[in-house]
Amino acid sequence: MSENRKLIKIATAGSVDDGKSTLIGRLLYDTKSLTTDKIEAIERSSKQRGYDYLDFSLATDGLVAEREQGITIDVAHIYFNTDKTNFIVADTPGHVEYTRNMVTGASTSQVAIILIDARKGVIEQTYRHFFIANLLRISHVVVAINKMDLVDYDEEVYLKIKADFDVLVAKSDFTEDQINFIPVSALKGENIARQSEEMPWYVGNTLLHHLEVLEPADLQESSVARFPVQYVIRPKTEAWHDFRGFSGMLYGGNLKVGDEVTLLPSMNTSTIKSIHYFDQEIQEAAPGSSIAITLDTEVDLSRGDMLVKSSSVPRSEKQLTATICQVNSKPLKVGGKYILQHGVNRVLAKVDQIESRIHTDFTGTETADQLKLNDIGRVHFRLSKPIHFDTYKENKANGSFILIEEGEYDTVSVGFIE
Amino acid sequence: MNNLLIPNPKEAESIHIIREVAAQFERPVLLFSGGKDSITLVRLAQKAFYPARIPFPLLHVDTGHNFPETIAFRDKLVEELGLELIVRNVQDSIDQGKVREERGRYSSRNSLQTTTLLDAIEEFKFDACIGGARRDEEKARAKERVFSVRDDFGQWDEKNQRPELFDMLNGKIHVGQNVRCFPISNWTELDVWEYIKTENIEIPSIYFAHEREVFLRDGMIWTANEHVFREDHEEVLVKMVRFRTVGDMTCTAAVFSEAVSLEDVVGEIRDSSISERGARIDDKRSEAAMEKRKKVGYF
Ligand SMILES: Nc1nc2c(ncn2[C@@H]2O[C@H](COP(=O)(O)OP(=O)(O)OP(=O)(O)O)[C@@H](O)[C@H]2O)c(=O)[nH]1
Ligand SMILES: [Mg+2]
Repeated sequence: MSENRKLIKIATAGSVDDGKSTLIGRLLYDTKSLTTDKIEAIERSSKQRGYDYLDFSLATDGLVAEREQGITIDVAHIYFNTDKTNFIVADTPGHVEYTRNMVTGASTSQVAIILIDARKGVIEQTYRHFFIANLLRISHVVVAINKMDLVDYDEEVYLKIKADFDVLVAKSDFTEDQINFIPVSALKGENIARQSEEMPWYVGNTLLHHLEVLEPADLQESSVARFPVQYVIRPKTEAWHDFRGFSGMLYGGNLKVGDEVTLLPSMNTSTIKSIHYFDQEIQEAAPGSSIAITLDTEVDLSRGDMLVKSSSVPRSEKQLTATICQVNSKPLKVGGKYILQHGVNRVLAKVDQIESRIHTDFTGTETADQLKLNDIGRVHFRLSKPIHFDTYKENKANGSFILIEEGEYDTVSVGFIE
Repeated sequence: MNNLLIPNPKEAESIHIIREVAAQFERPVLLFSGGKDSITLVRLAQKAFYPARIPFPLLHVDTGHNFPETIAFRDKLVEELGLELIVRNVQDSIDQGKVREERGRYSSRNSLQTTTLLDAIEEFKFDACIGGARRDEEKARAKERVFSVRDDFGQWDEKNQRPELFDMLNGKIHVGQNVRCFPISNWTELDVWEYIKTENIEIPSIYFAHEREVFLRDGMIWTANEHVFREDHEEVLVKMVRFRTVGDMTCTAAVFSEAVSLEDVVGEIRDSSISERGARIDDKRSEAAMEKRKKVGYF
């Protein structure tokens, strides 16, 4: 499957109407990823609306309610490729009310494109989305200063916004080389796939070229191996009578046959006897593999347990502190009980203390007795059973969790373990 | 023995999702249409549980207007892999008076499938239905989660979807609710074809160029036979065609093609300037056709 092409996952971000969907539509159009029937549909709808240009946002705003209001409500996942790269783009909503959907779209992305309307500059939603990109530890941020056509392609405007944004970068965990600025007009296609003649003062790459030269190696995290057991495979057939394979996805680092492993929570040790990928036996697996592992000894290991190298065991605790982002309108309150899902493992969790609500403009914190929809805060939990975790900084998959509320079973919060 | 496994990220993600379905639900089922996407799903499910068998049955909602090649292929696949297949017929829903057959020029049984599907879900108490929908197919699909919760009436609440963070899937539901699970959400049509080619997966013959009796209407190529309504002036021609998507005969248009091998097909898809859904007559009914169908419980 396009094995020779690299895969890059991108999310858009920025305030309402900054032009995120238009930008993605434009990228699709300029890379010839829109088929003629889709272009015709956009032409038809644009004309119906009385526009004298093609409204590219119609390429991604797929819901009736979105097209009616001209806004994005939920994430759209868009796929396109160039000769060198496969892209998955999550086009997220800018509206404050739908920040939770922005978090959803950005959580799996390596790159965030934050759009800023050149006429408006850095505004509250820009702070918030940059803060979330920082919280999610997204590898790379492109700040696209859009609608340059409406400010006469003026370099001064660009420089002013860049300076304002640099103040935020200084307060974040990002280093300068993780951030790039590009002046664009999504509507007109300036500096999207084509170098703009209107802005000769800008000598950097076009957006598309910039995305293509990013190296996914720099975008992937590497840490230590974590193998949460997802499903135990027991064929019970004659040919495979005694086979007991622990299946799951491998995160963080390699595992190979012969590795000494520790099993959590039992803390028993064993050795990897074989690694299976479908009908092949393999010697070693890289992170991101969905595999099945057998062990040298008969052990008690089931879904939700974890297999790790004995040389690097994670923390196992019944208490933890996390940064929480509230993604549901039901607020998180002290004393509240939730199902905490950490990877494929579920335990019960109780909110011990809400330490603070965090200002998303990097200006500090305030006290709070609850976290409301789209709030971000620091929270202490007590768990019914220990979970085996790393900090989010060390290992994204093993350092994050969701909270499920017990009434409707909605996903109400996402947590980043500290 | 292979040395180091470097995963294909999309395949690994799909296997992860399929294992989550098996682990989180009591009675999952794989919705099998006989098309390339559901055939790909079967291969992924094999990979997810090997050397054990796939731990859930396949359900085919048969409109009665399927291509005979698809049905023959289905039965052979089920036989060879030792799978459990459940078939429920739209004809029965019609006979029971639950749905009414459409008449006239654009009549199709495609939308009638929903009733038969919801009845089957209730009959077998399925709590999860695995489907082969991809987000690149259609603009409403592009908005859907991997685990998509449906209420007692099978309805999709598009403005109120559970956020899906990282690869953590929340399949917790109440009795009566049901989750549609889409393991190949992030695959494109080209991904599927390239996968079928690399994995050497067998697919029904109608995906390859063949001679067929067809007629032209609204710029699309329709199959000419007794299930498809045709006006007298619509002339039957014999042409070399193939199908890019395989559904009910009444809503699946063919494309002119000379592609007789997988290699040819992949090449054709790569250069194609028309989307796969461009050949779906059911989508042309209105701009929001898919979203409307999903809201009432369609796949
Ligand atoms: N003049 C000009 N207009 C633009 C440009 N980019 C976007 N627009 C217009 O700005 C409006 C909003 O664009 P969208 O792409 O829907 O904005 P969005 O950021 O996706 O909005 P939400 O998803 O609702 O947050 C539309 O009317 C676009 O045509 C640009 O570069 N120049
Ligand atoms: Mg938008």
